[in-house]
Amino acid sequence: MLQAVNISKSFPGVKVLQGVNFNFYPGKVNAILGENGAGKSTLLKVLTGVYTDYEGEIILNGNTLKFDGIKDAQAAGIGIIHQELNLIPHLSISENLFLGNELRNRWGLLDSSEMEKQTKVLLAKLKLDFSPKTLVQNLKVGEQQLLEIARALLKNSQVILMDEPTSALTDSEIDNLHVIIEELKAEGKTIVYISHKMDELFRIAQHYTVLRDGVTVDAGEMSQATEKDLIKKMVGRDVLIVKKEQNKDVSEVSLSLKNIFLPHPVLKNRNLLDNISFDLHKGEILGVFGLMGAGRTELLQTIFGLNAKNTKGEIEVFGKSVKLKSPKDAIASGIAYVTEDRKTEGLVLNMNISTNIGLTTLKIGELLNFKKEKELAQKYISEFSIKTPSEKQQCQNLSGGNQQKVVLSKWMATQPEILMLDEPTRGIDIKAKSEIYELIKKLANDGKSILLISSEIPEVLALSDRILVLSEGKISAEFNAEDADENKLLKAAI
Amino acid sequence: MNKELLKKSQSLIALFALCLVISILSDKFMTSSNLWNVLRQISVNICISVGMTLVVLMAGIDLSVGSVLAFSSAVCAGLLSKGISIPSMDLFIGFTVLGGVLVALIVGLLMGLFNGWVITKFSLPPFVATLAMLTIARGATMLYTQGIPISNLGSSFEFIGSGWLLGIPVPVWISLFVVLSVVFITNKTTFGRYIYAIGGNERAAFLSGINIKAVKLAVYGISGMMAAVGGILVTSRLNSAQPNAGASYELDSIAAVVIGGTSLSGGIGTIAGTVIGATIIGVLNNGLILLNVSPFWQQVVKGLVILLAVIIDQKSKKKA
Repeated sequence: MLQAVNISKSFPGVKVLQGVNFNFYPGKVNAILGENGAGKSTLLKVLTGVYTDYEGEIILNGNTLKFDGIKDAQAAGIGIIHQELNLIPHLSISENLFLGNELRNRWGLLDSSEMEKQTKVLLAKLKLDFSPKTLVQNLKVGEQQLLEIARALLKNSQVILMDEPTSALTDSEIDNLHVIIEELKAEGKTIVYISHKMDELFRIAQHYTVLRDGVTVDAGEMSQATEKDLIKKMVGRDVLIVKKEQNKDVSEVSLSLKNIFLPHPVLKNRNLLDNISFDLHKGEILGVFGLMGAGRTELLQTIFGLNAKNTKGEIEVFGKSVKLKSPKDAIASGIAYVTEDRKTEGLVLNMNISTNIGLTTLKIGELLNFKKEKELAQKYISEFSIKTPSEKQQCQNLSGGNQQKVVLSKWMATQPEILMLDEPTRGIDIKAKSEIYELIKKLANDGKSILLISSEIPEVLALSDRILVLSEGKISAEFNAEDADENKLLKAAI
Repeated sequence: MNKELLKKSQSLIALFALCLVISILSDKFMTSSNLWNVLRQISVNICISVGMTLVVLMAGIDLSVGSVLAFSSAVCAGLLSKGISIPSMDLFIGFTVLGGVLVALIVGLLMGLFNGWVITKFSLPPFVATLAMLTIARGATMLYTQGIPISNLGSSFEFIGSGWLLGIPVPVWISLFVVLSVVFITNKTTFGRYIYAIGGNERAAFLSGINIKAVKLAVYGISGMMAAVGGILVTSRLNSAQPNAGASYELDSIAAVVIGGTSLSGGIGTIAGTVIGATIIGVLNNGLILLNVSPFWQQVVKGLVILLAVIIDQKSKKKA
């Protein structure tokens, strides 16, 4: 049995796990449930030796484990199958499986024949009909996922952690995976399974543990639980945000999407965006909720002209059909896009505040106007109360919340009519969060149209006038703010 | 604040220290004829390195500068000595110095633009694209010259590389002009700002609506043209175009950029730093010759100095 006693883990300024307790049983599939940000990934990283500076105890079959690194966890018999695949495409199946643990012959050279022999046995067990020499790049995603399991088996893992293993799989691949999980279960392995798909959990899991805000709030037998109960336990927390007043006059359509399709780059018969149509109105905050991989970010990117080559469908801005082929086109049409990741996509971190804000407004072939740039920066520093000694401060020295305000400033400087916000409050503290909420509300009251993406349900509920729910690239539901609640949103998203 | 200033002037202090050591060891160093000579010699590397700095600021690299220098040098010399003659049409076009120089600049520009085009159009790593141009341009030079130097370019052309104007060698005037123009571009124009933004975070720059491809194209074009400027200076100084001209100049120029504190991962660096970097290399070369160090040792010492400079730079960056 794998047990956790009071596991806590902090990052500078945030306590991500604050007392996680669980029992995971051998011969069972143990589900971990929780919203995005509940601490699931952090917990997995603690269990697999990625984070070694946690408090509390991990106990496996009565022995307290203390890992100094990933190898320790592997040696103790804990294997993980990641959400993203960690295979090297240009190496063969057998080379991938033994990566880092290569077998050697008596000369100290690679013992390929022995490794391939062992690989063959594993492949047979997983019902994969391939030669060990096949390059991994020739395998389908589902087959690659099974290889990850093979890797865990090869290390003789007693505990196998699976982090959303089916998020990229087709239905038949999922069935195949479940058959193999049943077999592993029968052998007495402890399976730990994370998935957002409720029906899947009810199909294969026996035991559940619910995480919320870094704490285990409930655990029990799957057969005793109902979907409704579990969802309530996952989301049941106070909503701190002051709800936005409904904007009465939302008659003028600012942005209109008509039958937008975006094909999946790899999977042929899947669309990342599948027939998306909706209208965004002037002065409206339209929330878009969806789980990871539902197509939220792809939607904004498509509107911003980033997928122009593959997109089918029509986009209208204030009634005029537009062809947006690049961010430049989108900006010219009055669209601004506050990206999900402010560090990699939002800011040039080694530049200062005023140059970052100025970046969107410059035109090539012009001289820089330092005075104008400074005035612009100072205007937003006071308007958005950005905490900084001066506009000359490098952005890498600002806190997350202030960085996010600089990103907002940079986009407001383009004087957009339509503002798209992708996870505008991710990773910033509560105070900065509420300041940004106020800003968003004010912008809507000033007549801007806002498309808000968030994986935090309370945020979507409190800010939006209307909410769309995305699921697997489709709009699965639409709610007026007053009709929506957490259960309804989550149900529609799953 | 003082620490900041110290860090910024680090390479300048190193340059002064180097000058001091050499002038103690050799009494020939601090003579005006030697110093003018050093400045004249480094002006070629300064011109090339200024272009290279723009490329490196964008997290790119241009390995082709030495070969582009050679080819534009050969074209310039060929036009000046032989012009263009098409006997079948009974046509002969002679070139003035200005004409030859302009064509050479255009040749350099076009080769640089070709680099930029390949890099942006086919998303090739700059290392590979410019490596290819390195051999292409060198081969073209050999073809054009048949491996034989082109000489007798006229005394008025010689003025560019060997002449004096207002008591200062003409190449120094030219490199000064190049440096000031590019300093202006990097500090005062949106184009310069874009170069830093692309180097700092290409994705963020793209999402801000910047036309990344156009900026890259232009920067590689400028780098090619700067190599051509270097080519004209070298050709004029020798009054002859050598097929092997500029060989391994790309290394000296990358060294100058790096010693000058520009980050190879882009976004950070200054033209002034590069000028100091090129000067350090030039003074070091000169000093080692004055001190009768064997040419083989000179290379070893130069390599060690580059290592030292970059290690110090890395350390001070980590502390910051």
